[in-house]
Amino acid sequence: MTRWLGNRFAMITALLVLLYLFLPVAYTFVFSFNNYKKSNITWNPEGSPTLKHWQDPCGAPGVCESLVKSLEIGVIATVAATALGTLLAFAMVRHRFRGRTTSNVLVFVPMATPEIVLGASLLTIFVQGFSNVGLQLGFWTIVIAHIMFCISFVVVTVKARLQSLDPRLEEAAQDLYAGPGSTFWKITFPLVLPGIVGAALLAFSLSFDDFIITNFVSGNETTFPKFVYISYLRGIPAQANVIGFSMFVIALALVVVGQLVSNARKK
Amino acid sequence: MSALTHVSAAAGETPAPVPQPDHKGRRWVPYLLLLPGALWLLVFFVVPLLQLFTVSLQSEFPGYPGYYYRDLNFGNYVTALTDFAPQFGRSILFAGLATFFAFCLAYPLAYAMAFKAGRWRNVMLIAVIAPFFTSFILRTVAWRQILADEGPVASTLNYLHLLPGGRITETWVAVVAGLTYNFLPFMVLPIYASLERADPRVIEAGGDLYANGFTTFRTVTLPISMPGVLAGTLLTFIPAAGDYVNAELLGSDNTKMIGNVIESQFFRVLGGFPVAAALSFTLMALILALVFVYVRRFGTEELV
Repeated sequence: MTRWLGNRFAMITALLVLLYLFLPVAYTFVFSFNNYKKSNITWNPEGSPTLKHWQDPCGAPGVCESLVKSLEIGVIATVAATALGTLLAFAMVRHRFRGRTTSNVLVFVPMATPEIVLGASLLTIFVQGFSNVGLQLGFWTIVIAHIMFCISFVVVTVKARLQSLDPRLEEAAQDLYAGPGSTFWKITFPLVLPGIVGAALLAFSLSFDDFIITNFVSGNETTFPKFVYISYLRGIPAQANVIGFSMFVIALALVVVGQLVSNARKK
Repeated sequence: MSALTHVSAAAGETPAPVPQPDHKGRRWVPYLLLLPGALWLLVFFVVPLLQLFTVSLQSEFPGYPGYYYRDLNFGNYVTALTDFAPQFGRSILFAGLATFFAFCLAYPLAYAMAFKAGRWRNVMLIAVIAPFFTSFILRTVAWRQILADEGPVASTLNYLHLLPGGRITETWVAVVAGLTYNFLPFMVLPIYASLERADPRVIEAGGDLYANGFTTFRTVTLPISMPGVLAGTLLTFIPAAGDYVNAELLGSDNTKMIGNVIESQFFRVLGGFPVAAALSFTLMALILALVFVYVRRFGTEELV
């Protein structure tokens, strides 16, 4: 009775907070079945719920094009940022060198910079500098920006995994006459891989959902979040809800499958 | 920096990232690993920031709106700080409130996940991250629907005569609610991480020493989780202070934040670039100062 944050109190509050986190997702889901007339803001009881938006997810002009662009940008940015960030993490955890503190700061500061400042600074340099060498605002400027802000998050994730590795495993491999190459590929890399995969997933979700930086550097190119934002004034088509909710289900399924696989391996 | 320059000179003809372990070559390994990523951050983070700074001092060619020349026009900063002081103040205030409310919601959740959830722990962890996968703009629009005048929250409160002014959307309450919601997971995850690492026996021992549960919480649990609380505070406050989507979708002209001003100066005001750059740079300086104070006071281990 006297215990502050007793069993029930903490758990009930936690469940309420989770409910709060999911409420807008539930709204997005419900309104994907709305048989709306002009804008998908208020529920139209006539003819709802309807499956027509789910049967025709590309029915609204531009929605699928923007989704494809977001997926393309996400994949390219993820691959590049994961590669660059993993190399950085290895350098910073496994080596002592001059300039280590500087590189730590270089990795940390982009995460501590508000997105709007990142977007604004990239816009000024793309418009006043890089356009002279033929790089116009569009697909590739978005990719460049996404790689930039994803690198730091990859470094932090991979670093955490590297730091938690037991150095004795690698020492044991070397005691057994494994060269540095085979020690790396047979011992170190497989052990760090879950961290790298986690970092890649994080990078992809950051890239896929980014709006503020993208909006600054995209010119006329439209990604999925930008599509939703732009169409807000005219009314967001329910197809955007269909796609948004589907991404949620796909990502959730991936996480659950990943969890099951890693549980099965442990056994 | 000096390290980087002498690497780029040496790395010219060595494309392979991991050279063979000849003892002289090994000293270059960290620099070769570092080079591509550091170069990327240098060219697309540091250089643009410097460019942003020079733009913030540019002046407009008289008679040619939208064309600027290099200058040392500190007047842009004066304009930024005087004309847009209310928006600056609002950004700090709203982000501060959102951080406070996020803390109040996140702490019980993180506490329950770390100590009470048992085998549901991973499920709860996934549940915290899962809403992220629906585009945050869609979720913010959903909040607009939930809080709308004819929506469930406003109509209930109005029915009970508990809502002065009669509406939630287009008020600061909606903006702060949206900010709290959007950045809540950034508060939950670091607090959870620091609580999860704590030894529950330490907290039990605290319970044995101080019979009062609140004293245990204040003197044992909260200090243990402090690094997580601080990291969470920064991770919530920084994006919230720079955000303009919530103020745009949930607020009105009277709730505009500094992000809205920067965005409209860049895209909708002809000749707005220098002042917009000065605003961005001031925001950046403000936040870096805050981070610096934090780091000086509490160390960097939990941040990087």
